[in-house]
Amino acid sequence: MAKKLLDILQERFGASVILETHSHVGDDTAVIAPEHWREVALFLRDDPRCKMSMLVDLCGVDRFDQLPRLEVVAHLHSIELNHRLRIKTRIGDEACNDAVVASLVPVWAGANWFERETFDMFGIRFDGHPDLRRILLYPEFVGHPLRKDYPATKTQPLVPYREGDDVLGKLAPFREDEGLSFGRKHLDYVKEDQ
Amino acid sequence: MEPLDLEVDDSSLELPSDPMQLMMGPSHPAMHGTVRIVLDLSGETVLKADVQIGYLHRGFEKSCERGTWNQVFPYVDRCNYSSPMLNNVGYALAVEKLCGLTVPERCQYYRVIMGELARIADHLVCNAAMAMELGAFTPFLWWTRAREMIYDIFEEETGARVTHSFARIGGMADPPNKHFKDAVRAALPKVLAANAEGVSLLQNNRIFMDRTMGVSPISAADAIALSWTGPCLRSAGVPYDVRKASPYLVYDRFDFDVPVGTTGDNYDRFMVRVEEITQSARIIEQALDQMPDDGPVNVDDPRFVFPDKDDVYTTIEATIRHFKIVMEGVPVPKGEAYGYTEAANGELGFYIVSDGSGTPYRVRIRPPSFAIVGGLSKLITGQMIPDIIPTFGSLNMIGGECDH
Repeated sequence: MAKKLLDILQERFGASVILETHSHVGDDTAVIAPEHWREVALFLRDDPRCKMSMLVDLCGVDRFDQLPRLEVVAHLHSIELNHRLRIKTRIGDEACNDAVVASLVPVWAGANWFERETFDMFGIRFDGHPDLRRILLYPEFVGHPLRKDYPATKTQPLVPYREGDDVLGKLAPFREDEGLSFGRKHLDYVKEDQ
Repeated sequence: MEPLDLEVDDSSLELPSDPMQLMMGPSHPAMHGTVRIVLDLSGETVLKADVQIGYLHRGFEKSCERGTWNQVFPYVDRCNYSSPMLNNVGYALAVEKLCGLTVPERCQYYRVIMGELARIADHLVCNAAMAMELGAFTPFLWWTRAREMIYDIFEEETGARVTHSFARIGGMADPPNKHFKDAVRAALPKVLAANAEGVSLLQNNRIFMDRTMGVSPISAADAIALSWTGPCLRSAGVPYDVRKASPYLVYDRFDFDVPVGTTGDNYDRFMVRVEEITQSARIIEQALDQMPDDGPVNVDDPRFVFPDKDDVYTTIEATIRHFKIVMEGVPVPKGEAYGYTEAANGELGFYIVSDGSGTPYRVRIRPPSFAIVGGLSKLITGQMIPDIIPTFGSLNMIGGECDH
């Protein structure tokens, strides 16, 4: 069923829009060119063969060592036809500049908070979003914490810590490389540069 | 008497008519959960509501990228502290989907029963809190007692009342106790009786009905567009349940109904949860009958499951196995998967990305509460301030998962 979805997409849009498709462990994925992001979403919602009535989830992924660096991943579900599809698009250069993609709020109203969260965590801007503010973090927060180059041990308190013995050491969730499995320790972005 | 020295003209006697701004929360006595609602009011009518969340943000997703795959379990426990077992199972299923593992049948039944017990506990708490905020304290106490019976079973099985961290990738931490089935069979009728008793106090209660019926309704189309799932979506009349639409574990072997509402108002949301408790009990009864008494609980794969403790102390192979699982983590193949289950509040999804190492590259949780609270401002706009309380209660916001 869902494999057919990928065929429908490829037939309708062609290889210049649908950059890549794959089906892994039962999840069908289509990688879409960022400039056609909303157009494809609209098609998926309205086409009688797709009827993707629900945006289940929208999130970001930081592919640190790839270009374009940031991924926007959306999971779609059709209540009527009971099939699912994952669509994603890739944006942003090494420093995450130009990470802009069209907002899906006009297509699914539920995208509002998901896109705000993705903006908050990755700094991806959604063009046409009615109210793109931080949602989980406070407005004074600097940086986007789910990017791989944001150290996990970094703290940004709104109210300064009290003077005293090693308060900071207790506050950080992990020391240096504590809690890391061996498989990840050689990677650059793990090393703290706080 | 001296005349008042005031220059009174006609215009200054008019009452100010600008909307008043009122901050509701972040810790409001009538609302459970830490959330702030910035209200623009005209009298008592809400003109505009800005729901601000994030007070419980603990960096769940960032923390997951630091440990091994199995070390995520304590974190998912704390995402939904009303039904942690469902989160445990949901995350385990997502990783097992990527690994291509299927747990043995006994474990599947075990997960179903534990999950449904957690669902009952979650619904009881939600309904109890909603009733209490409307002034009905008695059901709250009764239902908390009923929940305690379920927690007793959890404590017996897992050693913890709330944060179990009991599921593992490829199985469960321990097999069921010898008296597991008897304990569940003994507790379930008491829980159902307490539930029915509490419902009988509220169902036809004039005050309760006045404050919930027709308050904050939502249409099916709006609920779907807002990405709602779970009891809140079903109360609007959409019979969508992940357990029915795409059955996981052994849910396709049970006979149960998906209760739906008609108008999607607070009363419907309450009643859908009430009915789901009964349906969960039906599932548990069938699962208890079908669950095998013996057999393995964990998959037969040494890369994922700890060896016997006796072997670890006596043989070098088992010691190495143990060491590798602890230090390197379980080998999750490179790739991505989206695993979704029906948690107490709706579809709980985990989108996981692995780079082939023992540490998650990305663990994304799709919390049902997040999408549902995202629709709160739409629900309460145009309503009165007192209507916010039952509306918020019926949505069952769980701060831990909503704020990640």
